[in-house]
Amino acid sequence: MDATIFFQQLINGVSVGSLYALVAIGYTMVYGILRLINFAHGDLLMFAAYAAIYGIAIFSLPWYVSFPLAVLITGALGIILDRVAYRPLRDAPRISLLISAIGASFLLENLALVIIGGVPKGFPRPDVFGKVIDIWGLRVQVLTVYTPIITLLLLMGLLYVVYRTKVGKAMRAASKDFETTRLMGINLDRVIAITFLLGSSLAAAGGLMWAMKYPQVNPFMGVFPGLKAFIAAVLGGIGNIIGAVIGGFLLGLGEILIVALVPGLAQYKDAFAFIVLILVLLFRPTGIMGEPIIDKS
Amino acid sequence: MHGFFETKNLTMQFGGLVAVSSFSLRLEQGELVGLIGPNGAGKTTVFNMITGALAPTAGHVYWQEQEITGLPLNQVAARGIARTFQNIRLFVDMTVLENVMVSFHHKIPTMFWECMLDLPRARRTEEQIKRESMELLQELGLAHLAHEKAGSLPYGQQRRLEIARALATRPRLLLLDEPAAGMNPLETMDLAQLVSDLRARHSLTVLLIEHDMKFVMRLCERIKVLDYGVTIAEGTPAEIQSNSEVIKAYLGDI
Amino acid sequence: MSKARRDQLLSVLGILVLFSVLYLFQLFGTDYQIRILNNMAIFITLAVSYNLVNGICGILHLGPNAFITVGAYTSALLTMSAAEKQASFIIEPLIWPLSVLHAPFVVSLLAGGILATLFAYLISYPVFRVRGDYLAIVTLGFGEVVRVLCNAFQTVTNGPLGLKGLQPHTNLWWSWGVAVLTIILITKLINSSYGRAMKAIRDDETAARAMGVDPFRHLLLAFLVSAFFSGVAGGLLAHLITTISPTLFTFFLTFNLLMMIVVGGLGSTTGAVLGAALFAWGGEALRVVENPINLGVIRIPGIPGMRMVIFSILLMVVIVFARRGIMGRKEFSWEWLIGKFSKSPTGGSSVAS
Ligand SMILES: Nc1ncnc2c1ncn2[C@@H]1O[C@H](COP(=O)(O)OP(=O)(O)OP(=O)(O)O)[C@@H](O)[C@H]1O
Ligand SMILES: [Mg+2]
Repeated sequence: MDATIFFQQLINGVSVGSLYALVAIGYTMVYGILRLINFAHGDLLMFAAYAAIYGIAIFSLPWYVSFPLAVLITGALGIILDRVAYRPLRDAPRISLLISAIGASFLLENLALVIIGGVPKGFPRPDVFGKVIDIWGLRVQVLTVYTPIITLLLLMGLLYVVYRTKVGKAMRAASKDFETTRLMGINLDRVIAITFLLGSSLAAAGGLMWAMKYPQVNPFMGVFPGLKAFIAAVLGGIGNIIGAVIGGFLLGLGEILIVALVPGLAQYKDAFAFIVLILVLLFRPTGIMGEPIIDKS
Repeated sequence: MHGFFETKNLTMQFGGLVAVSSFSLRLEQGELVGLIGPNGAGKTTVFNMITGALAPTAGHVYWQEQEITGLPLNQVAARGIARTFQNIRLFVDMTVLENVMVSFHHKIPTMFWECMLDLPRARRTEEQIKRESMELLQELGLAHLAHEKAGSLPYGQQRRLEIARALATRPRLLLLDEPAAGMNPLETMDLAQLVSDLRARHSLTVLLIEHDMKFVMRLCERIKVLDYGVTIAEGTPAEIQSNSEVIKAYLGDI
Repeated sequence: MSKARRDQLLSVLGILVLFSVLYLFQLFGTDYQIRILNNMAIFITLAVSYNLVNGICGILHLGPNAFITVGAYTSALLTMSAAEKQASFIIEPLIWPLSVLHAPFVVSLLAGGILATLFAYLISYPVFRVRGDYLAIVTLGFGEVVRVLCNAFQTVTNGPLGLKGLQPHTNLWWSWGVAVLTIILITKLINSSYGRAMKAIRDDETAARAMGVDPFRHLLLAFLVSAFFSGVAGGLLAHLITTISPTLFTFFLTFNLLMMIVVGGLGSTTGAVLGAALFAWGGEALRVVENPINLGVIRIPGIPGMRMVIFSILLMVVIVFARRGIMGRKEFSWEWLIGKFSKSPTGGSSVAS
């Protein structure tokens, strides 16, 4: 393979990886506190994309208003999701919580199908992101370059919240020891709601960039990015934000590069992530950054 | 060479915390030994290491001349070491009888397909398990509750059921983790009698953890004292009662 | 007469009544009714076997669609004649010896079950290394991997085109015969010492292990038995709808099964049967919301996806507000039914579990 294409793919991999990373953060934060795979997390990508489309198409908002608005609404949806599907089940067996999550995911997808229909919609990518620039002889879309940068900026903001604010401190306490935190008089429901808000907003940002990258929006567009982002979170060490980001980049890069290097594997691309997942669980269940899990008996 | 049962320098470290350090103990067949110590001394952790619930950071466990360190929990149980749990862990949704019957499962001769086809041997085995379980319940005074849900039993009876369930694995070494916790003095004395009866009838060797000193002093032939994971004393009940280290550890605890 | 003997007799009688009713449908029923009854039996087989893993062992396995796929393809490839295969595989030919293998329907069903079991055995090691949410996502992953493979291995599965024109071997006798057999065999297993061990693992895995129960062996047993019957049901399904392709066996199928056993009551075979029967009937009844309705002057257009919206809301409502579903963990028993009839309506007799 010639070097230009290789670097092209490398940049592409970094950009896809940073999207996985953004979505993986939400999974990891929720898992850290509730020990729940929020199955509906991936569907928030889809929701954000539609929200942005409608903001632009129906309310004729400029993109720089519509996009942040979409992120906010998606964040709110995350809170509602927790309130409706998860909070009533705080003391229920874990299997119930997970089933509720699966139900919520199907509900979001099929509501979208009912309301909007199954025909894919084009995503109105703002021109600023569509420009093609020349870097050392490589022709790349600016979006591909912006994506990792935006991801890192958002990550820095998130780390600030988690490590420098009171809410962040409560979040970290809750993910260490749920029960004790509850006993210490911290309003856990509020902490969890904020976790959902942050995680969902990041997923929304990821969704918008995903929709600009692959401008075909449909009710099920969030399923695969969602699953893969979850796998990225496991790869990085679930519960660990930095781990989720590393996992996201690794998975995105791996997926793109494998297909670039061995084109015959293209049709197995979607299976790659699951194979990674199985290998991680077999050989290093705690992921790259995770701490060992101890079962108290 | 290692005798009936022996642990050598068992050590368990959780992160920076050394929960148990260098715990060594030999048990002769038929002995009844107590393990005491203030809260958090590491007693339950010792049980967890012996039974394979936790893999020790260092040290060895020998059982009938074989090393069993780090063997999975179920295999240790199958080899004849049974335990009860301090924080009662019954199968709450199953009946009292079923709780006991589970423990017979690991050595039934029937294959799963014999059960699916309802073959005579499967039925016979089931009948036999049921009979033996009822006998055990009888011994523990729980027979009249056989068809109640285990979770609906009062506390004291749940503790007894824990013992019945452990006995049903047909152990030679029984580990009891605070069997009298939450019982009133009367129940406690009954339990002491029961434990010593069971030991005789089932030719058991018993290692027990208990906070109730009267119970321990009355029942145990030998006592080992842990404090912050370290063995600080060992001896007969009389020796332990007058040991200044032990008194200090307990008073310091109060 | 002992109670056990009486119950056995009543069960035989019940089965006779069931098959007499089926016979009447066979004679006088419409095609539509017969199709629903066939679906119902296949769903019952699937739900009862799925419940063995999820309800009795208490783990969340999300890949039954993989077992069904393996069973359906195996069975279909065995009943198709060499000529039919040659006509179907137009892009790439089917590999030898699959291209010439041919077997009677019943053999193909068994082969489907056996291959599904083999597949379950192959994936069991990574699956049971983990628990909880991880196990859910790993099994979901295997379901997806099988689908990807079905699309990719054209020389075996004919890729996205799938297999068409299968003989419609599945009839009421096959589908209900398998369903009844599955219920009997799995119920016997659940009520045996093995089933008790599985429930113990569900209630408290550590305590079960401390009593000598080996979780891996028992979870594996449930997994394999479940895979076998799901594989057989896959074969039945293939020869009922006569066309199979990878799109048939997505996570949707798993979702539907999950809904059946949750609504019926996780951990209850009776519940699984009820859930499956309701789904087969209700799912058809709900089709009206997706079809356009003509009211003479106005025409309400159908709403695709509406059924799934209703189903997902139903699933969430049950899980959040009535977690135990219809049956909880209780089972049907003749004792209970007789109690219902012989006592006054106020007589409180409980369902034996
Ligand atoms: N799985 C575990 N992970 C981390 N720390 C643990 C674990 N199990 C026990 N510990 C710690 O090890 C120490 C000893 O605990 P252990 O339960 O053995 O004490 P104990 O002597 O049984 O106390 P008690 O009388 O309260 O039952 C405690 O500080 C406890 O917090
Ligand atoms: Mg203890």
